[in-house]
Amino acid sequence: MGCVEALNYEILIRDASFKECREYIKSHFSESIDVEPGFKIFDVHTIGVPPIAVGLDGDFVIFPYTKPCHGTFLLRVQDAEEAARLRALKKAK
Amino acid sequence: MEPDTHSSKTALLVLGCPQVPVQTSIALYLISRLRAAAFTPIIAGNKAANTLLVVADPDRHYLGEVMDLDRAVAQITEKKRDFDRCFVFIHNDAGISYAATMAAISKARLFVLIYGEHQEDLAGQITFPCTKIAAKAVHNPLPLKKVIDEVAPWAA
Repeated sequence: MGCVEALNYEILIRDASFKECREYIKSHFSESIDVEPGFKIFDVHTIGVPPIAVGLDGDFVIFPYTKPCHGTFLLRVQDAEEAARLRALKKAK
Repeated sequence: MEPDTHSSKTALLVLGCPQVPVQTSIALYLISRLRAAAFTPIIAGNKAANTLLVVADPDRHYLGEVMDLDRAVAQITEKKRDFDRCFVFIHNDAGISYAATMAAISKARLFVLIYGEHQEDLAGQITFPCTKIAAKAVHNPLPLKKVIDEVAPWAA
């Protein structure tokens, strides 16, 4: 089980819908990967309606994070290793 | 993956934000009916939703296991555990996200309980396989209880 608080994140959008987050990633980032619900990013299992879009921008990973009372947040976290892992997964698809 | 081994039949109740009052009442009602049908109910919610139930049932006449929602998602995703039935409480967009996640990660038969002011809009957004149980219920749980009784998910 992961805790998003352990990450040094920036909130790009707050209290959004899953659709808004997907559309934001597709329209603001030229690079993205679609993942299934439950896919682990950092130490967090992603929640959402598939396909869940995850953005990549250099060393930054942009992903949705859902809380029952606060909707979905779009978080941006700098982590070269995780960005490289996701790029490798995308290449392997 | 085998279903939970604590009982022959298990049911996971995935709670949403407890800001709509009917959730706690309907959860206790559903637990009661599931137990009568020989299911072992397990609750998964955030701290506020779980605490509302735990405080309402201090002697655990209804409640059994109560777990953190993130932990439940992790255990199912990592194939450490699964359930026979899954009920997801939905009154907002986040509820749909959790239900879609359960549809994707769990082999449980999925029921979604849709309520609140925007239940029609929310129900229309659900395209993944599940049984929808929907009623416009905010403070009064009876409209939702009526639909639950008609569907009888404990017998399905």
